[in-house]
Amino acid sequence: MSRLAAQFKTLKQQKRCALIPYITAGDPASWVTVPLLHALVKSGADILEIGVPFSDPMADGPVIQRAAERALKHHISLGKIFAMLREFREKDKTTPLVLMGYLNPIEVMGYKRFAEQAAAAGVDGVLTVDLPPEEAKTFQLAMKLQKLDTIFLLAPTSPADRIKLIADAASGFIYYVSLRGVTGAANLDVGEVAAKLKQIRRRTKLPLGVGFGIGSPEVAAQVAEFADAVVVGSAVVKRIEELAAVPDKILIEVPAFIAQLRRAMDQAAPAAVSGVRE
Amino acid sequence: MKAYSLPNKSGHFGDYGGIFVSETLMQPLKELREAYEKLRKDKKFRAEFENDLREYVGRPSPLYFAKRLSENWGGARIYLKREDLNHTGAHKINNTIGQALVARHMGKRRVIAETGAGQHGVATATVAARFGMQCVVYMGSEDMKRQAINVYRMKLLGAEVVPVESGSKTLKDALNEAMRDWVTHVSDTFYIIGTVAGPHPYPMMVRDFQSVIGREARAQIMKLEKRLPHALVACVGGGSNAMGLFYPFINDKKVEMYGVEAEGEGMHTGKHAATLCAGKPGVLHGNRTYLLETEDGQIIDTHSISAGLDYPGVGPEHSFLKDSKRARYVSITDKEALEAFHELTRTEGIMPALESSHALAYAKKLARELGRKKIIIVNLSGRGDKDIHTVANLEGIKF
Repeated sequence: MSRLAAQFKTLKQQKRCALIPYITAGDPASWVTVPLLHALVKSGADILEIGVPFSDPMADGPVIQRAAERALKHHISLGKIFAMLREFREKDKTTPLVLMGYLNPIEVMGYKRFAEQAAAAGVDGVLTVDLPPEEAKTFQLAMKLQKLDTIFLLAPTSPADRIKLIADAASGFIYYVSLRGVTGAANLDVGEVAAKLKQIRRRTKLPLGVGFGIGSPEVAAQVAEFADAVVVGSAVVKRIEELAAVPDKILIEVPAFIAQLRRAMDQAAPAAVSGVRE
Repeated sequence: MKAYSLPNKSGHFGDYGGIFVSETLMQPLKELREAYEKLRKDKKFRAEFENDLREYVGRPSPLYFAKRLSENWGGARIYLKREDLNHTGAHKINNTIGQALVARHMGKRRVIAETGAGQHGVATATVAARFGMQCVVYMGSEDMKRQAINVYRMKLLGAEVVPVESGSKTLKDALNEAMRDWVTHVSDTFYIIGTVAGPHPYPMMVRDFQSVIGREARAQIMKLEKRLPHALVACVGGGSNAMGLFYPFINDKKVEMYGVEAEGEGMHTGKHAATLCAGKPGVLHGNRTYLLETEDGQIIDTHSISAGLDYPGVGPEHSFLKDSKRARYVSITDKEALEAFHELTRTEGIMPALESSHALAYAKKLARELGRKKIIIVNLSGRGDKDIHTVANLEGIKF
């Protein structure tokens, strides 16, 4: 069983919703990333999402774009990210790692080489924001050969036929984009998200994660009541940005924020775990 | 011989094009595709478009024989397709009229656009004013400084111009920001892309609207010379004026096509925007195409004297035409373009845009190679008034 499947199974038994923090690799400095990932796990993260910085992050808001710019200033590349993750895996063999980014850096490396190196670095799943399933067949084949999960997005604008298409194509989990907008936007409608997730669950037994616009413990707790995973990106990265000049503090204050989210989510009603609701 | 029929149903030109966007935009793009497929076959829509091109843009634009220039250059007969005479001074309006009509048919009341030099922004603001639509234009803050007059023109036309502070603060960042706006306001907003790039159906749709250039030029040259030209020459940034000229000639295999890219300060300096000449295939702004990028797949900042060619990508159909060798792509430096700017101004009394000056500079080389019996059509895609400041600055003149 893949690390992602195993983690979701454990959480389901515990009736808990997964907490997935997102950080951009190499932000604000290369040395911060690995200790920060360990600290996030200690403070309650169940899965880690690592952003691969890209010069033109069209689906991201200003907070994550600035993180990418900080990381690219010291030339963070896929090769360097794989080295970081290999180091992380020396001490943590169980926490699933998901890479999130854009297609072009992967194209340049080549799908096969990318998948091989990702697998060797201990990556479990990859979410490529600008690669819809229609264009993803070759990529998915390379991923499957390395037993890596290809995670796809669903959005408020996805109609029934696309929900089916993506449910059939995805593995690991499905990432539901909770709003019409970019990462870190503030117009999340929890009721609308809940209704859409119900619709998606009729089509898939895969776990459903929710992200884009979840910035506070309160909203995280509300979403945890019906999602299998909550992804918190911009709110985490914003705290990193505020402490960019004093990176040592990042290792204390960002995990403290994760612990806060974790507590709020655990106090919420148990998650409606995947495959249970029809 | 099989007639050219690209893109295919999924929006591919061979290996290029396609749809590479986040899930939120997949359904809106499908709606646009369906609406456009219906409209492009609709006689009433086509009549509406053609009427606007005639009555509002002032088409057909002349195909002008540049006699003195041809003699001066001592080679082929140079014809200029005068897109500079269109309303707003460039070819851009052919496309914004078309897309604004599609927007109206789809019931969208708000249009957005990205702009580099400001020409596409002005063309969008113009049609928005005419159709009574709300208009927001994204423009890199660097470009806003360089093109202050166009910013003011857009504001006079009632558009809101939003400065983009991210990345290199130029065209590619404005495009990112416009995409973000579209993702956020997808239900009531139509995104008017200014070139033959972006996700399907944009490259095809923009080409179709711009191909009025080549259709007219083909009919005009047949009337004037009773034969097809030997070569077509057009500048390529994103590539919309070039696709517009090339497309109606694409099955005329004997007509050579030259796309002229901006070589900036020279290929060896790295300060250029010659995507097809120096780039590699990759994925950006919704399509697979040639890009200027680092070894790690990060997009590179480009340089050109002409803001309209200052783009690290290129329309996917050009990538296909390059690989299939149907068209050839060459490059011209800032310096060569500037020379051509002065030569046309002084010999014909026509002041070309710096973008179009790149096409002219290459036509000069080609004219000598081809000799006096051959015919070259150069797309004079825009007028040079907007560039007077740039030219004056380079010559150390202050107003």
